[in-house]
Amino acid sequence: MSAPARPESLARLERLVAALAAKGLVSEAELAAMQARTDRASPEIGARMVARAWLDPAWRALLLADGAAAAERMGVSMAGAPPLGVLENRPGLHHLVVCTLCSCYPRAVLGYPPGWYKSFEYRSRAVRDPRGVLAEWGTALPAGTKIRVVDSTADYRWMVLPMRPEGTEGWSEDQLAALVTRDALVGVALPQLPARAAA
Amino acid sequence: MSDAEPTPAIHDMGGLSRFRCSPVERDEAPPDAFGKRVDALRQVLAQKGLMTVDELRRGIEAIPEPEYFGLTYYERWLTSITGLLLEKGVVTPEELA
Repeated sequence: MSAPARPESLARLERLVAALAAKGLVSEAELAAMQARTDRASPEIGARMVARAWLDPAWRALLLADGAAAAERMGVSMAGAPPLGVLENRPGLHHLVVCTLCSCYPRAVLGYPPGWYKSFEYRSRAVRDPRGVLAEWGTALPAGTKIRVVDSTADYRWMVLPMRPEGTEGWSEDQLAALVTRDALVGVALPQLPARAAA
Repeated sequence: MSDAEPTPAIHDMGGLSRFRCSPVERDEAPPDAFGKRVDALRQVLAQKGLMTVDELRRGIEAIPEPEYFGLTYYERWLTSITGLLLEKGVVTPEELA
């Protein structure tokens, strides 16, 4: 899966870019600017959206009603991006996001999808054996928890709003955001308190 | 009439038994330089109205199975993008030769 591209593929890409550049359709500057923009998106954006939802009920309502509008409110440009749905975990209900057909992912708020999200194994097994997949991440849900697996598509992207861990009362938005990993936003993991320093 | 389910196309992987017993390889690496460049190219082409995500998907899904499994993720994208631009006449085979 993560094998490097073949030399002939690199050459094929450069021939295509050169042909497009010769027609004035695509420039190196445009490619560099787009790549820089894409590189800037990271799961820290999604984590911040979650932390704010844990603290502010009005924000939480907005996030659940229209994730893209909430992202825009945080200064993320969603122009050209598909709608963003946010799945609220509750006691007894956990969400897991997959793109069975390819790799659809809320890139504006999570960045590039990791290799495993695009892997054949994750795509096929997330819907058939979600608990087995979670176990591989060391994620165990409380007994009796239902799992809803949601398929991200070219036209609609999803992220998870995990439950706020107990023991975080009084924490700031920054402290809370630091608990929310990319994996928790996809649903393969839960936000964890850092292991306590020995008393 | 047979009530057998049609075989899903190869990209349609939800629940596919072929990978049922394979653990998910925890590949966390970001795309390499080639991947990022293909990714940026796709976005620039979309911004200019030269292709859509749905078209990208159609191009990927049309890749025959043996080739699909032999290509890396962004090689599949490049195959699709190239095919689409040729199909639309944006570039010609001669220009890519």
